[in-house]
Amino acid sequence: MNIIVCLKQVPDTTELKIDPVTGTLIRKGVPSIINPDDKNALEEALKLKDKYEDVKITVLSMGPAQAEEALREALAMGADDTILLSDRAFGGADTWATSETLAAAIRKIGNYDIIFAGRQAIDGDTAQVGPQIAERLNLPQVTYVQSFDIKDGKVTVKRALEDGYEIIEVNTPVLLTTIKELNTPRYMSVNGIFTCYGEGKYKVWGLNDIDVDVTNIGLKGSPTQVKKSFTPEQKGAGEILKGTTKEVTTLLVSKLKEKHLI
Amino acid sequence: MARILENEKANYKNVMVFAEQRDNKLMPVVFELLGEGKKLADKLGVKLTAALIGSDVDKLADELFSHGADIVYVTDNPALKEYTTDGYAKVISTMIDQVKPEIVLMGATHIGRDLAPRVSARVNTGLTADCTNLEIDDDGKLLMTRPAFGGNIMATIVCPNHRPQMSTVRPGVMKKAEASEGKKGEKVTVKVDFSENDIRTKVLEVIKQTKSSVDIQAAEIIVSGGRGLGKKEGFELVQKLADKLGGVVGASRAVVDLGWIDHDQQVGQTGKTVRPKIYIACGISGAIQHIAGMQDSEYIIAINKNPDAPIFKVADYGIVGDIYEVIPELINALDKAE
Repeated sequence: MNIIVCLKQVPDTTELKIDPVTGTLIRKGVPSIINPDDKNALEEALKLKDKYEDVKITVLSMGPAQAEEALREALAMGADDTILLSDRAFGGADTWATSETLAAAIRKIGNYDIIFAGRQAIDGDTAQVGPQIAERLNLPQVTYVQSFDIKDGKVTVKRALEDGYEIIEVNTPVLLTTIKELNTPRYMSVNGIFTCYGEGKYKVWGLNDIDVDVTNIGLKGSPTQVKKSFTPEQKGAGEILKGTTKEVTTLLVSKLKEKHLI
Repeated sequence: MARILENEKANYKNVMVFAEQRDNKLMPVVFELLGEGKKLADKLGVKLTAALIGSDVDKLADELFSHGADIVYVTDNPALKEYTTDGYAKVISTMIDQVKPEIVLMGATHIGRDLAPRVSARVNTGLTADCTNLEIDDDGKLLMTRPAFGGNIMATIVCPNHRPQMSTVRPGVMKKAEASEGKKGEKVTVKVDFSENDIRTKVLEVIKQTKSSVDIQAAEIIVSGGRGLGKKEGFELVQKLADKLGGVVGASRAVVDLGWIDHDQQVGQTGKTVRPKIYIACGISGAIQHIAGMQDSEYIIAINKNPDAPIFKVADYGIVGDIYEVIPELINALDKAE
């Protein structure tokens, strides 16, 4: 069984701060991590590898050179092969152009049974790239996968809904997007850390390595454009009520009454 | 190659909203899309249309008309009884090809976020996820604003050279369309045939999980607890105050991650967006991700030990103090006021 895992290196958004003077994002010193949902995608592939003998896991990522770190980590967790799509021509892509690029790379890898991808990346929170890859490869998809099982090439998954879940059956090849409820990702193994820098386990592909229409990729190939970005407006601070606990609570109740809120 | 020429843009007209239904009941977000869609359609001087897909859904059209839709496109087929990506993507793409809307809006639900990207790749247009604000600029382009980087920044996105302009819209953010009884519209059947291999996933079962919690997005009063409660049991006190006010209990991400309370009750960027009349934040410091989900509440009250907590920056009224002293005293004061 051949499995492809799509994985992205992202800034840890819980560590992001806004520069109070310029109002822009401070990226300096913010750690880069494997996107959490993508770690669940990799873990599910690794679980299959634990269970069956003939499983090969290829991890695919697109990003700048520093994303190598995330792919080495994936190797240390147990992946067999990793490929980083990295080229100036790929940069600035929206989800439409990103999925075009990733789909081209997946076609080149070829011969896959399952593609696992995290539901969404914490930097963009779009959840769009997975389904868009599936469309380009003409694969069935199931998103928000919270449990997974495979028997004789038939996949059965639970797909999370807001108020419950669905049980869905689908044949391979298929693309699945994963959520954190699916599993608990393992840590890198000591042996994995020793071998993750081994020869041939990490490849970089550029524009010339994949078959893709250059007008459909990168910033220029992206249908959507960022017109502007800004820090969210916060409404002005209100009044801090002063006094003893008894005084302030009584005051609060009378203020709410005054406004007919209670 | 995917982009369209300037003179083709005029062929795309009207605003289309996806009338997502489950068990033949329209989702709450559909009324929000109709409210927002109407605003955009009026600004552009075009019609508001809805895409209604399912099995035996025909009768839902009247509800769409009374909430502002001028035209409802219906594809009614037993193969569409349950939502499937393949089935619904085929219908929506066919509708877009045939009627050429200039704007397509879907709710950012688990279904909308499965369907919209698939469709955007098929019809070769851009898609903006989980928008919290939509506007039309002076050139008639759709400005789609959404939070990114965990809510730390807002980005306004445009889709200048492709049509339709597509976006998923975060549930609970836009104002719902009001019903005007008796308003009628035009119903158009869009015929889509299915062969056996068109739908490659099989829905074996749909399981509803009845949660003890109430729908926080529908509540008028929410009392939320955060890490400042110090322990799981703190939520008993929060619940008491919520009960007293006839409200429901919400929570910050931190305490959901700690397992103190169900994810269903999480307010914020990765939880739910709420806009109740009164939001009381108890022991919530006010991370930007939390504020993103509650800042549009009518009145925000913050109770926190730390006078520098960012939550006070968005609160209408703040009380600096210990939750375990303030809440009981507040319940007392409410008792007395009765």
